[in-house]
Amino acid sequence: MSAADLHTLTGAYAVDALDGPEREEFERHLAVCAPCREEARELTATAARLGLAASAAPPPGMREEVLRRVAAVRQEPPRARPPAGSPGGAGGAGGGTGRLRRLPRLALAASVASALALGGVAAWQYERARDARQLAEQARQRADELTRLLAAPDARLAAGELPGGGSATVVVSRSRDRAAFLASRLPEPPAGKVYQLWFDDDGAMRPAGVVKASDGRAAVVMDGPVAGADGMGVTVEPEGGSAQPTSEPLAVMEFPAA
Amino acid sequence: MKETVRITGPADEQGPTLDELLVEVARGDQEAFASLYDAVCGPVLGLVRSVLRDPAQSEEVAQEVLVEVWRTAARFRPDRGGAMAWVMTLAHRRAVDRVRSVQAASERERRAALLDHTPAFDSVTEQVEARLEREQVRRCMGGLTEVQRQSVTLAYYRGLTYREVAELLSLPLGTAKTRLRDGLIRLRDCLGVAS
Repeated sequence: MSAADLHTLTGAYAVDALDGPEREEFERHLAVCAPCREEARELTATAARLGLAASAAPPPGMREEVLRRVAAVRQEPPRARPPAGSPGGAGGAGGGTGRLRRLPRLALAASVASALALGGVAAWQYERARDARQLAEQARQRADELTRLLAAPDARLAAGELPGGGSATVVVSRSRDRAAFLASRLPEPPAGKVYQLWFDDDGAMRPAGVVKASDGRAAVVMDGPVAGADGMGVTVEPEGGSAQPTSEPLAVMEFPAA
Repeated sequence: MKETVRITGPADEQGPTLDELLVEVARGDQEAFASLYDAVCGPVLGLVRSVLRDPAQSEEVAQEVLVEVWRTAARFRPDRGGAMAWVMTLAHRRAVDRVRSVQAASERERRAALLDHTPAFDSVTEQVEARLEREQVRRCMGGLTEVQRQSVTLAYYRGLTYREVAELLSLPLGTAKTRLRDGLIRLRDCLGVAS
């Protein structure tokens, strides 16, 4: 196609009326034709005005759905992100120690989507993040509070293994002063027992509610503010919970730094 | 149908403009995104629906567009056209991508259908125009020649390629291209769109 022919494609380009190969050819031409760029930009803005005129009323529920979805979608960074080698994406999980390990400071959404965006992230982190997202989705209808916490801009994630192969994730938002506990493949507690969560106030354990797992999965906002807590723990307690831990923790973990 | 849709940013002077909101969105501000959503959702959905028609599919694509706005907000450059134009361009591109991918599977039927339905497109045009909320757009569309108006409407509101526009309107390819261009130029001047 000659340059003169290409010049006349600004209109078709602005309304997406070029097929794939033609669009690519025209975009290559745009790169070397400043007047065409200018005209294409103006006509694209004109087309957008036509689009505004076709406005429609969104159905109920769409807003919540979109806001919920973006909370789990990692944004493209302003510049190209260096590939792989993300810090702290340690390899083996060293399972069965019962001690949860800390992930680097990652916004929850970032960690969730790193599965898609970063080839170098260790698989276990990917799975934790995916589990967290699935859990969050399952909890959505019951737990707006959890959703808002997960969506907080400063939500930080820490994740690790539970004894017996399960996994746990803790989400902390300092701005909301709340934390959430998410777990999957949580073993059934012994009969008459429940899992209880605790805030770790510099060694003093503060009750943070009991966990009701469904099908081995749990996703709850911990009771009470984070306040000065720098970590959390999980114990097995008699039904109804305890004022103080009565058993060795199943797992403890530090909160990610704010 | 009367809908109140803010299309140029908050009217009051205190609030952030759409451009400012989108810049905040690029920094991960979900509250800014919620505000941006409120401003662009109606136009995005309406545009997608005008191309796709099917309400369920339109909502699905509109949601994808809005999530993509969140995901790729860092690509927005305030100096290269406003936030609304950026969002609407994205919405149109995605709607067109969808309609063409769906139709690629049955290209022959599609062409046959387009031609069979030639008489129907006038009503499509009217339907779209009936929804034009902005008097200015309606007036400016009225200032186009019939062929310009049909070409722009079929391409933009129905997502046809200029080849399909040419086929549908029995125009030479070159004429379809130039009608799209001179039609949009006339709209640009009438609407006062500055770059």
